[in-house]
Amino acid sequence: MTDRYSRQELFAPIGKEGQKKIAAKHVLIIGAGALGTGNAEAFVRAGIGKITIIDRDYVEWSNLQRQQLYSEEDAKERLPKAIAAKQRLERINSNVVIEAIVGDATARELQLIMEENKPHLIIDATDNFETRMVINDISQKYRIPWIYGACVGSYGISYVILPGKTPCLNCLLETVPLGGLTCDTAGIISPAVQMVVAYQVTEALKILVEDWKSLRNKLVSFDLWKNQHTAIRVDKVKKVTCPSCGEKPTYPYLSYDLQTKTAVLCGRDSVQIRPAVRQDRDLGELAELLAKQGIQVEKNPYLLSFTADGHRLVVFKDGRVLVHGTKDMIEAKTLYNRYLG
Amino acid sequence: MEIIINGDKILLPESVKTVSDLLSHFQLNNKIAIVEVNLNIINKQDYEITTLSNGDKVEIVHFVGGG
Ligand SMILES: [Zn+2]
Repeated sequence: MTDRYSRQELFAPIGKEGQKKIAAKHVLIIGAGALGTGNAEAFVRAGIGKITIIDRDYVEWSNLQRQQLYSEEDAKERLPKAIAAKQRLERINSNVVIEAIVGDATARELQLIMEENKPHLIIDATDNFETRMVINDISQKYRIPWIYGACVGSYGISYVILPGKTPCLNCLLETVPLGGLTCDTAGIISPAVQMVVAYQVTEALKILVEDWKSLRNKLVSFDLWKNQHTAIRVDKVKKVTCPSCGEKPTYPYLSYDLQTKTAVLCGRDSVQIRPAVRQDRDLGELAELLAKQGIQVEKNPYLLSFTADGHRLVVFKDGRVLVHGTKDMIEAKTLYNRYLG
Repeated sequence: MEIIINGDKILLPESVKTVSDLLSHFQLNNKIAIVEVNLNIINKQDYEITTLSNGDKVEIVHFVGGG
């Protein structure tokens, strides 16, 4: 028990002092997919004090190839990823406080987390740029570093954003990339995930032990299949006029919540509908109501699912609904109104 | 023209003259990328007017969203 972290403490840049710092830190991980599970396991094994992990989805069979915390049981039970991750992480290291949130990482939700229990660092493990731009503004507003990471196919990319120091994601992108970029239609191999996780966790450890001078400071990308590796210094891209990190920030992505009530989930052939006002749903009552209509319902403590008109609908306790088998928001809304409205 | 892209020597067809042509050639024109030519980052507005020369060292990093 006492030498649990001995190998990490023997690593000179961390040492016993660094280990104490790690144990006193709190990291917020946004997304519990491939990058999220990889990051979370690494932090928990490294002896972090606390992690908060937020995710809106549930475990499916197609996740098991690369999302390292999940098992066949989780997929069979359709457990929410945040819950399945927490259960596994607690078995790996019972000393770490693990907070799981089943829900959307909206501006409102993230601001709540910041006000209640401000983390020391945010890890990006999302699969879309909309959420990343929200993370970017949250990071600037609350002066917390965040680490961008993304991958598709055998390609990956990562960058550390330090408020007041480096350019932010808004400076780097200038515009929010549309559809094609975010949908993982090209598939993904697990080593690409692991490589991005390695870049994120290493920079995170430097931040957690406050070894700021060792940070990489470069935008890094690689393609493991094509045997390529690139790193670019991007300091010059920082803009004083940037609405997120410039001299007069307006944090534009923190006021966009209402626009994203209905969202097509990338690469999932699914639409998510989120009620305008957050209201928990009584899943037991809903199950009875649907059963009366002759609909067969499957249920666990966190969500309920059923098939109607050829589509599978999944209802979460926080009121969100996933309509599978369509990218058409109107069709999804019609089904929502017919069975759940 | 032969230039070095992300560390590899690449022979480009005659038609590739600018940074914009180069991105199209690699089908990156619809993606958001950071392009560095001989250690200088090129502004996105300047892709079409920035011409490449034999032996240039180019680094391209494009953004993806998966995770
Ligand atoms: Zn900025």
